[in-house]
Amino acid sequence: MAQIDLKNLAHSYLPNPTREEDFALHKMDLSWEDSHAYALLGPSGCGKTTLLNIISGLVKPSEGQVLFDGQNVTEQLPQERNIAQVFQFPVIYDTMSVYDNLAFPLRNRKHPEKKIRERVTEVAEMLELDDVLNKRAANLSADAKQKISLGRGLVRSDVAAILFDEPLTVIDPHLKVMLRRKLKQIHARFKLTMIYVTHDQLEALTFADQVVVMNEGRILQIGSPQDLFENPQHTFVGHFIGSPGMNFLPCQIVGGVATIGQTEIPLGEHTKHLSGTFELGIRPEFLILKTKTQQDSHEITIKSTENMGNCTIVTAEFAGHLLKIKVPEGQDVPEKTGFLNFPQQWIRLYDDGKLIEIERGSAHE
Amino acid sequence: MNKWEDNKAWFLVIPVFIVVAVSAILPLMTVVNYSVQDIFGPDNRVFVGIEWYKDVLADHRLHNALQRQLFFSAMVLIIEIPLGVLIAMAMPKKGWGASLSLVLVALPLLIPWNVIGTIWIIFMRPDIGLLGAAINGMGIPFDHTAAPLDAWVTVMMMEVWHWTPLVALMAYAGLQAIPEAYFQAARIDGASAWSIFRYIQLPKMRGVLTIAILLRFMDSFLIYAEPFVLTGGGPGNSTTFLSIYLVKLAVGQFDLGPAAAFSIIYFLIVMLFCWLFYQVLLKVGTGDKS
Repeated sequence: MAQIDLKNLAHSYLPNPTREEDFALHKMDLSWEDSHAYALLGPSGCGKTTLLNIISGLVKPSEGQVLFDGQNVTEQLPQERNIAQVFQFPVIYDTMSVYDNLAFPLRNRKHPEKKIRERVTEVAEMLELDDVLNKRAANLSADAKQKISLGRGLVRSDVAAILFDEPLTVIDPHLKVMLRRKLKQIHARFKLTMIYVTHDQLEALTFADQVVVMNEGRILQIGSPQDLFENPQHTFVGHFIGSPGMNFLPCQIVGGVATIGQTEIPLGEHTKHLSGTFELGIRPEFLILKTKTQQDSHEITIKSTENMGNCTIVTAEFAGHLLKIKVPEGQDVPEKTGFLNFPQQWIRLYDDGKLIEIERGSAHE
Repeated sequence: MNKWEDNKAWFLVIPVFIVVAVSAILPLMTVVNYSVQDIFGPDNRVFVGIEWYKDVLADHRLHNALQRQLFFSAMVLIIEIPLGVLIAMAMPKKGWGASLSLVLVALPLLIPWNVIGTIWIIFMRPDIGLLGAAINGMGIPFDHTAAPLDAWVTVMMMEVWHWTPLVALMAYAGLQAIPEAYFQAARIDGASAWSIFRYIQLPKMRGVLTIAILLRFMDSFLIYAEPFVLTGGGPGNSTTFLSIYLVKLAVGQFDLGPAAAFSIIYFLIVMLFCWLFYQVLLKVGTGDKS
């Protein structure tokens, strides 16, 4: 158990990186607090696995430092750091029994056999592997193998953190749910720092108390699932989190009013100081769609509707842009023309992709 | 579903069956035919039953050749398999070095058998051969045409030089197929280089090594060209392996009956050993004690 800090960290797979795009990870400072469960979320190829491998020591960063509890471990090999990692595909030692697999990391570190037995028995019970302990690991199912991979991390009582690199990719959907629950139990019981890499937002949001969103080698936002949903710090986060993602409309802002094409949307007093070209972002969940005209509502043309069972997702044209609107179950969905309200407290403004922080205060009427 | 009799899939097997019949089964039957008859001419033959088999099995020259052969094949496996694995592990995994080493290692495989014999005859000659003269120059008398041990060592070296690359290439392919995550996990688990070899690389190479062992056993058990080109089985009978003895019997003495009986026995021995190896290697490391 430890706090992990990354200082001025950057990484390139090229020997002499010069240009910006040579870097797989751009310069970052990041702290992973002790005994929290983190998810590292981002699309494929965004650098999340690289970041994970730097923490475990499989990859040595080209710049910066990795600190475990304030101690610099950048130069240490993976076996010298107290770290465990579970990979995308289950790694098991084919010729060994489940017991020997679990005991392997301890035997390599020359623990006495009696202590190994205690520890392995405890972990096997925890992972519900106790009845297959004497079986050969090679003959088990994918989820059991993945539990063994995880178990080899857990048997070491001194691990600073367990890193997961998309560990549920090869697991059947109904077992995924069970394994995920198991991970949460383990986190609750052992109070371990866990970092879980995934490109699946549902997995990330259900597993972690803090989600780190990455794209193109940069960390865009660190926050609770609710934070990511309500206040995306970057248009990418808005797009990536949520289904469907956030709507973004390019607009001109003058004197607290956003102009999109011919349409004007009032933004409230607190945006009076802004002027220029921005992007207006709003979640499909927060748009209000009615069949009849309302105060401050805008007329829109409905393009298509998808019934998702518990809600309806409406695609509509508004001032030359396509918008997604999530209409809760039981509300009438207009057929051709609808009337749309933009609730001021849910409107977010972005400049060059980044959220503009605005003192709201009185904005919540 | 009818799985056996009334299945049209049988028609799909017929082409293979015909090819195998013409290429293997029919010639084999001819040999069986010869092995139970005494043939004096095209129209003059006598059925002798298992007479030739009895003769051949009692032939002490054949016993000697078989012993020599078994020892030779055992040495081939003992040297070539570990050496091939070592070479494969030393070869670069990626980059230009990988391609270069692949080409270099594969070179001996591209040379025809009899050319290899000629190369080594010259190479080992005590008077002008590079290695032969060098060994003699160091004060160790070496002459493969006179000393049985020297002839033996020379054949062994030819065989190892020629065929270890095959084992190396197969082992290399086996090693390359291991996902990177295994090595990463092993590093995190604190495994030593030996543990990584013992618990990851060796088990993952089991399939290719099984095939390599079978191939090398069969091939070395049937070795002919190398000793034939080098000394024709000599000096004395020191490099008269089974196939050389067989050819002497069939072509040299024109004893077709005993030679045919011998061929059948030879064939059965190879089959028996391959089956044994296969059974053992299937079980090795799978923990099935049965």
